[in-house]
Amino acid sequence: MTMDLTDQTVAPAAGEPVISARDVRVWYGTTRGAIRAVDGVSFDLMPGETLGLVGESGCGKSTLGRGLMGLLPDGAKRDGEVLFRGKDIFSLSAKTAYQMRGRELGMIFQEPLTRLNPLMRISQHFEETIKQHEPNLSKDEIRDRALEVLRLMGIPPTRYRSYPHEFSGGMRQRLMIGLALVLRPAFVVADEPTTALDVLVEAQIVQILNDLRHNFQTSLLLITHNVGIVAEACDRVAVMYAGRIVEQGAVTDVFKNPQHPYTQALLRSTISLTTTGLNFIEGAPPDLVDPPDGCRFHPRCPDAMNVCATKNPVNIERPGGGRVECWLVGPEDQIPPGGQQPLKQEELTVVDEA
Amino acid sequence: MSTKPDTRTDAGHLVDVRDLSVHFELRGGTLARLFARDTGTIKAVDGINLRLRPGEVVGLVGESGSGKSTLGRALLGLVPATSGSIRLRDQDIATMSRRQLREIRRVVQMVFQDPNAALNPSMTVEEAVGDALRVHGMKSAAQRRAGVVEALERVGLSPVELFLSKYPRDLSGGQKQRVVLARAIVLNPTLLVADEPVSMLDMSVRAKILQLMLDLKKDLDLTYVYITHDLATAKYFCDRVAIMYLGRVVEIGPTEEIFATPRHPYTKALLAAIPEPDPDKMVPRDLPRGEIPDAAEPPLGCAFHPRCPEAVHNCGWESRDLRTLIEEHWLRTDAAAYDEEKALIGGLDHLDTPATTATLGVGGSSPVRAILDRMKVEDPDEPLWSGVQSIEDSEPGVTVSFEPAPSPPLRRAGGVDVACVLYPDEGP
Repeated sequence: MTMDLTDQTVAPAAGEPVISARDVRVWYGTTRGAIRAVDGVSFDLMPGETLGLVGESGCGKSTLGRGLMGLLPDGAKRDGEVLFRGKDIFSLSAKTAYQMRGRELGMIFQEPLTRLNPLMRISQHFEETIKQHEPNLSKDEIRDRALEVLRLMGIPPTRYRSYPHEFSGGMRQRLMIGLALVLRPAFVVADEPTTALDVLVEAQIVQILNDLRHNFQTSLLLITHNVGIVAEACDRVAVMYAGRIVEQGAVTDVFKNPQHPYTQALLRSTISLTTTGLNFIEGAPPDLVDPPDGCRFHPRCPDAMNVCATKNPVNIERPGGGRVECWLVGPEDQIPPGGQQPLKQEELTVVDEA
Repeated sequence: MSTKPDTRTDAGHLVDVRDLSVHFELRGGTLARLFARDTGTIKAVDGINLRLRPGEVVGLVGESGSGKSTLGRALLGLVPATSGSIRLRDQDIATMSRRQLREIRRVVQMVFQDPNAALNPSMTVEEAVGDALRVHGMKSAAQRRAGVVEALERVGLSPVELFLSKYPRDLSGGQKQRVVLARAIVLNPTLLVADEPVSMLDMSVRAKILQLMLDLKKDLDLTYVYITHDLATAKYFCDRVAIMYLGRVVEIGPTEEIFATPRHPYTKALLAAIPEPDPDKMVPRDLPRGEIPDAAEPPLGCAFHPRCPEAVHNCGWESRDLRTLIEEHWLRTDAAAYDEEKALIGGLDHLDTPATTATLGVGGSSPVRAILDRMKVEDPDEPLWSGVQSIEDSEPGVTVSFEPAPSPPLRRAGGVDVACVLYPDEGP
């Protein structure tokens, strides 16, 4: 596999998905009971595709990213099936999973300074990473490979032997991305990679992530709370609420024609340059120890119907492609009689506010 | 703008900041201090003029390191002013004693960015909000409670009984920020300095807190200084906006004018970089390169010129820009060419001392010239070359001289003030 430096357009994602997640669940044990942080999530990721995972804090998006990588803390349990090129990575031995991380599954974290060793030169970071996974490479080959990646990240070769503290925040995030990509993993999880950065630097990093698919043919799961970044850098989007993906599909479809009331509310509450009025979502996300019955969004949903409070919504094909789970979209034949009546909501006050 | 009162008179201003500078001395290590080595000064705020009319919302916008927070803190006397004055009515905050400052904080209050850090975890909501009253001499507990209850009701934390005895850990992010707001308004101030009040909050809550701040402003006749890096909320929230870069205001004017016709290239870049939730919009390609530079040694000339997509010959080109350019050139060459050119150019570290002349090269003047020529051919539009006055041989390399240029002052340009050589003075 050679790295392609030219800016050629990549063929549309075709063939087998790189990652195929089915009914993934992650629990955290607490004294109050299990927190169901991720509760039955399914998605596919095609080669070279970027999927944006968007939601508010506490919706389980970071937990899902870590769960896929096998980087959950003690006391967490995961369940479900995640096929990576046909192999279920949830049932691998600890040793095999360790070997896969870095080489096949990469991760980019939010705060680069806490992830780089302050006592190691950048050259040492790269050499150690490459040696660990490809012990047969010569010193020169390792150096060439590291410099090639750094060049794609816009870090000049003169800085190869510098220490992390000699770089600015944006450069450090590029180093992290470079470190994650130097082994050319097929799948990378990027957890809020731009949140700690200034807006101009953020735009530079988004550009780099956007170019990943051309330069590395990497499939990317981009976890963010910023719908603007999803719009600019992702092919598809999955909107997460209270541990479930409530709507997913092509970014253009979902953003132009959101089906789920939560997606609509999230897009509406975003303050952008075209904002002319302030919109917000009443109430707060539910307690995931004891989530509400039926649809988890129903206590905050302006369009809730009687059925929403009693029966779990069915995951159905989204008009225009993708998946959505909301009774307003369907299927109508499974709604019990009287279920379409508007739900009488309790008044939401600041007491319940996020 | 003609529709608004003239800003150039003294009358009717709540706050009048004149030539304010806040400099921080760098201490350096023990050895540096022992040998009395000059370790430099950070000019966090460098000669700023700002006037606030009563009832106005002024936004201070910029990246981290632009000095916007330091300016905000200086308005409360939280950082000492190095020079200049901050007149609030008839008093000068810049020269006040601690005791006087405590008094002035009845009138000027602050809302901090991170509600988790701004609230003491061992104080209940009642204690946290009532503490300000206690510090300012309200001895009666019953009176204090009445004041706290009123403030909590104003920020929407009702029924109040549910919140009085809660600790910060029991509250959500939005509720905590409401408590911080209640603490800020409980003394009935006239000016609130809000430092990124919503940037730690989720999207769905941000709008709610901003709406609350607008309501408070109307009900309590507040004047706001809104500090943010987010132009989108500034556009919605502010009457006037000051765009800051490296301790200076680079553009200031009415919000509508700045957003409709951004003039300074930095303002334009900030606007272009905001990720919009519109899937039809592509990632902008002509972004400023690099990051906000080291404030201890700001660029010569205009501080934004090294990143500026519209830079011209007289922006203050210097040795460090040449280094950046050479390094960018090496990003495009292959490994063999890099090794060869590196041997001819030698080290670049000496270019880090800012100067309008730069000596370069160890492998003889003509091969170094050849490299510079190749770079020029590679990117003929690079504005640095227009600022080069001469390239002279100085074996074993060359000396490049740049056109010296002063830092551009703020000048009037179509309803706003801009500090950029592209906008020369319109005249009186």
